[in-house]
Amino acid sequence: MKYLYTWGAILVVVLSSTAGDILISHAMKRIGDLGELRRRKGILHVTGRVLTSYNFLLGLACMACSFFSLLFALSWADVSLVGPASASLTFIANAFAARIFLRERVDVRRWTAALLVAAGVTLLAV
Amino acid sequence: MTLRKYLVLLGVVVFSALGNVLLSRGMKQVGEISFHNFHQLFSALLNVWVVGGIILLVLFFVTYLTALSWADLTYVLPATAIGYVLMALLGRFFLHEQVSTLRWLGVLLITAGVGFVAGGPSLTIHEPAKVPLPEPQEVEP
Repeated sequence: MKYLYTWGAILVVVLSSTAGDILISHAMKRIGDLGELRRRKGILHVTGRVLTSYNFLLGLACMACSFFSLLFALSWADVSLVGPASASLTFIANAFAARIFLRERVDVRRWTAALLVAAGVTLLAV
Repeated sequence: MTLRKYLVLLGVVVFSALGNVLLSRGMKQVGEISFHNFHQLFSALLNVWVVGGIILLVLFFVTYLTALSWADLTYVLPATAIGYVLMALLGRFFLHEQVSTLRWLGVLLITAGVGFVAGGPSLTIHEPAKVPLPEPQEVEP
């Protein structure tokens, strides 16, 4: 049962974190270059644009969900398992999701980078 | 990739690493939180290291959002993974944590991944659908 709760929670962490990242990235692309916008319209305008974006708010909610799932997973299993498992799986899931939903060009270079970083992050916790 | 954009990416790296390290230093001072002393989590917000860490993590989030407004997610994530390396270094030299050989190998792999992605393009340009031009008509003299 503990096994099920732990990996179930890790799955929720990975999926909601990925969903959050995709939504936030999409929201930021829609708003446009934040630096340019701040120079032209000021910091208050930029803050307003970001905080009133539905995609951004939904993405933030997904990130919150991911965080609480992480706390749940940590209450059942060691951080040395949960930490690297969720971080490295999130990297891989982000690469797939960005390819599918954001239509980003994820070439061999980026796939290799994602795998290297995921492997490296996993080793960090050993 | 302008200097300004590199500085933003640098900001993402530095703020996330420093923010987490300060947060860690503060939470170690506060002590282990369990179900019985849950209220200690709120008094943790009064710890100066925790406050510093939160401020830096807010700055991290702002620079992260800025980077996502002009670069692909699959570029920003590995490019800023060097933050994990900085965190390991700060953990060793500032927090005096034990960092095993395997962990340093992990740091090496992450650095390789960062180097790989940082050398490539940062944004996917979505081409508008090309509408074929009508065939030129032969004009009868």
